[in-house]
Amino acid sequence: MQAPRFEELEHTADWALRVRGQDLADLLRNAAQGMLQLSGAVPQAGPRSRRELRLDSLDRESLLVDFLQELLFGIEMRQVAYPEIEIHDVTDTTLRATLTEAPLQGVVKPIKAVTYNDLHIEESPLGLVTTVVFDV
Amino acid sequence: MLSKQDFKRVAPLLWEVPTTFQHGMRVPVRLFADERLLEAALGDKSMQQAVNASTLPGLVSHVVVMPDVHQGYGFPIGGVAASQLSGGVVSPGAIGYDINCGVRLLASRIPLEAAENSLPDLASALYANCPSGVGVKGSLRLTAKELDQVCRRGAEWALEHGFARQDDLDCSEESGRLDGADPGAVSARAKERGRPQLGTLGAGNHFIEVDVVDRIFHPAAAQAMGMEEGALVVQIHCGSRGFGHQVCTDYVREFQPALARYGISLPDRELVCAPLESPEGRRYLSAMACAANFAFANRQVLAHHVRDTFEQVLAGRVPDWDLRQVYDIAHNMGKMETHTVEGKPVRVCVHRKGATRAFGPGFEGLPEDYRPLGQPVLVPGSMGTASWVLLGTQGSMSLSFGSTCHGAGRVMSRKQAKREVRGDQLRVTLEKRGIQIRAGSMPGLAEEAPQAYKDVDAVVEVVSAAGIAAKVARLRPVAVIKG
Repeated sequence: MQAPRFEELEHTADWALRVRGQDLADLLRNAAQGMLQLSGAVPQAGPRSRRELRLDSLDRESLLVDFLQELLFGIEMRQVAYPEIEIHDVTDTTLRATLTEAPLQGVVKPIKAVTYNDLHIEESPLGLVTTVVFDV
Repeated sequence: MLSKQDFKRVAPLLWEVPTTFQHGMRVPVRLFADERLLEAALGDKSMQQAVNASTLPGLVSHVVVMPDVHQGYGFPIGGVAASQLSGGVVSPGAIGYDINCGVRLLASRIPLEAAENSLPDLASALYANCPSGVGVKGSLRLTAKELDQVCRRGAEWALEHGFARQDDLDCSEESGRLDGADPGAVSARAKERGRPQLGTLGAGNHFIEVDVVDRIFHPAAAQAMGMEEGALVVQIHCGSRGFGHQVCTDYVREFQPALARYGISLPDRELVCAPLESPEGRRYLSAMACAANFAFANRQVLAHHVRDTFEQVLAGRVPDWDLRQVYDIAHNMGKMETHTVEGKPVRVCVHRKGATRAFGPGFEGLPEDYRPLGQPVLVPGSMGTASWVLLGTQGSMSLSFGSTCHGAGRVMSRKQAKREVRGDQLRVTLEKRGIQIRAGSMPGLAEEAPQAYKDVDAVVEVVSAAGIAAKVARLRPVAVIKG
């Protein structure tokens, strides 16, 4: 049986995900989808727009944090959800992506921030795996 | 993984993990707890997080852990660590994303019996008048210049704009304004998030709660604070909203390369830090002060809305609907303070995350009426359970860097709470107990179920018996408003 792309972990006060990916791009996409599912950020029917995103970070853990923070910013400030996320190029410190944005129907639970707690992107037999802890 | 055998009992309600437990510990960890709360603390990673925190450079004396401790995201929630000015560090994660999350208490002379029939209307009006929920915007639309003024002046800005009384500022930690704020140290993104959010409650575990003073333990203190047994009071629990979250995010990011620059090695990257006297460290403290001041102003504007709501609903139904401020405290903050360490006064940065300042009698920064008594401490319990008003003590100054607990502390994960509790059923249960509930999210309500938290009465028993706080009054909820 294939391991899930993401799964919620028990955490006393906050939220945590274990995320897997075949490679870094896949890991970032799965982390995003896991986070969006946790927060219940659901798009509604309506016009879509595309937003180009470029990031330059210290290392791949920081890249993951920066990427997820960008998505949270859009949810809060532009009231958008992300029905599609395309990652075009990624290295350990850079990312180029296109985000499809749609009007946000609602959020079940807001996420305040993405943290570095327990964040280590590690090799696994099927690719990469990490834990991400969110402050809620 | 820590176990009870790793603790040495140094006093009936005080346990120590020595520095020999783990390589890299610079100071021991001390936990205030009875046996049951010690077991609860061992139920998640909170004590390991306290051990990790003890590796921060420049810490003095010991890391303090409160009986309401639970696992955080690096630094435990319910932790206190003091780093000396010279050679010590500041860690944004040890203060938290919600900078100056705190509690404000307002007291009335309204007996519950006189207002009981009005409680449903009061709850609904508070829910309508105090914006709450995800990404919510307030009625104030600050210009960039106005936001900078809020950053610099905190609750003073609110006073100048008609949202406060002078007494409100006098009865606030730091008089509602932390010195040293520099809006230039705050990112454009943080400001963008903050501008529409002043005067909003947010969501999660933030709330406005109407309580009745259930029992008074310290009549003189209660009188000085304006609390009467059987009368209504109001708690406002919230912080610096997206503004503060972004400040912390920015500096946790900015400090990552600082670790290598300053030769600091840490067991968890969320503990990232920089020397207090470094340019980065100073910039963070200036930005943190901005966020702290935003939160003071935020709670002040909300208090104004609460006062207006009490007038709107209760004028004509009760003779005196006024709300007087008891106090406003922070429970996520970094403060430069002087404490006695090994018999000498030492200037330290006290990191309190899920812990409340609890200065004892004689503290100059208290209003005259409170000075002989000590600083009021506000400890909200979980939804539907008691909250407490305490006093700081001399004991806290010597044992815990002038600190005490902040709440009930979680014992159950949010995931488990949602599995075991249905928000709509919980609302019905609480309403049958006479507690009006107005909440924007049923899953959010389930996560905050009382059974997800420790027994706040037990937590308060420990801090009062250990001498780091003194009981003043126990409060019982009658209306809860949540995002």
